[in-house]
Amino acid sequence: MSDTPVNKEDVSTFAYKESFGNSGVIVTKVDNLFNWSRLSSLFPMTFGIACCAIEFMSTGTAPYDMDRLGMVPRATPRQSDVMIVAGTVTFKMADRIKRLYEQMAEPRYVISMGSCSNCGGPYWQHGYHVVKGVDRIVPVDIYVPGCPPRPEALIGGIMKLHEKIQSESLWNS
Amino acid sequence: MEFLNIILESDPSAAVVPNSTPQTIAVDPKKLITVAENLLRSSQTYFDQLSCVTGIDNGVEAKTMEVIYHLYSIPYNFSVALKVILPRENPVVPTLSSVWKSANWMERETFDMYGIVFEGHPDLRRILMPADWDGYPLRKDYKEQEKYREIQVKY
Repeated sequence: MSDTPVNKEDVSTFAYKESFGNSGVIVTKVDNLFNWSRLSSLFPMTFGIACCAIEFMSTGTAPYDMDRLGMVPRATPRQSDVMIVAGTVTFKMADRIKRLYEQMAEPRYVISMGSCSNCGGPYWQHGYHVVKGVDRIVPVDIYVPGCPPRPEALIGGIMKLHEKIQSESLWNS
Repeated sequence: MEFLNIILESDPSAAVVPNSTPQTIAVDPKKLITVAENLLRSSQTYFDQLSCVTGIDNGVEAKTMEVIYHLYSIPYNFSVALKVILPRENPVVPTLSSVWKSANWMERETFDMYGIVFEGHPDLRRILMPADWDGYPLRKDYKEQEKYREIQVKY
């Protein structure tokens, strides 16, 4: 990671902190540049499975404005960077989720949104049809609790993912 | 409403279930199609809508299963329900999908959840659960499988 201290208040612009005044020249590390570009334009995949998807949609509307995080929903996994699993994952759906994940190009991230995809939620005991956590089929980076989580909570999860991406390095991955 | 006479004409053994809302009539599975067709065609009843098909498992001790058909007559604004009682070991009932088209998917759902076989159904497959799922989830003695495609089912 960078030797220069990172200002977590403003993660999306930290690479510019090493620029020389107004010269238009930036000296930075490859890690910093890559991480900055990755976290500043996390395109989520446009899909939702249950009621959490309503909050996900709400996050994209003007009051919450997901666009300000550089997030534009893409309609294909091949153009997506992050999969937000918003809803109850049934066994019938599990194959499809896994397939969507496998179609995404790396680096790829998964946000598990809501209790259902975190651990089965209200279906944990008697829900014979529910996968008890989407992490049983795909690796999950961030878990957002709530039933459903408010848009603020989802944005909080996205910011946590920003922090995670910021600490990545090409050498260690 | 003349529906009881129409039912009794086609199935003399039909019996009214006491204290049922909507009024429920238990009919013989063998006469079910005739009863249904007469209720649909008769100008005095004209039950033109099959609103719901559902199953009931009465448990291992009772050794019976039931299928309930909720009928609604739009011109007369009147509801009635038909019920057939089947043996739990071999629950088979003739399909009503030739009488009401809506029976097709609702009977598939009943088959999916209870394993009740609808004889003569054009496409009797599971509709909600995966095609390779084991067992019928709404039966009283249902135990879910340990794993489905390498994924653990229990929490």
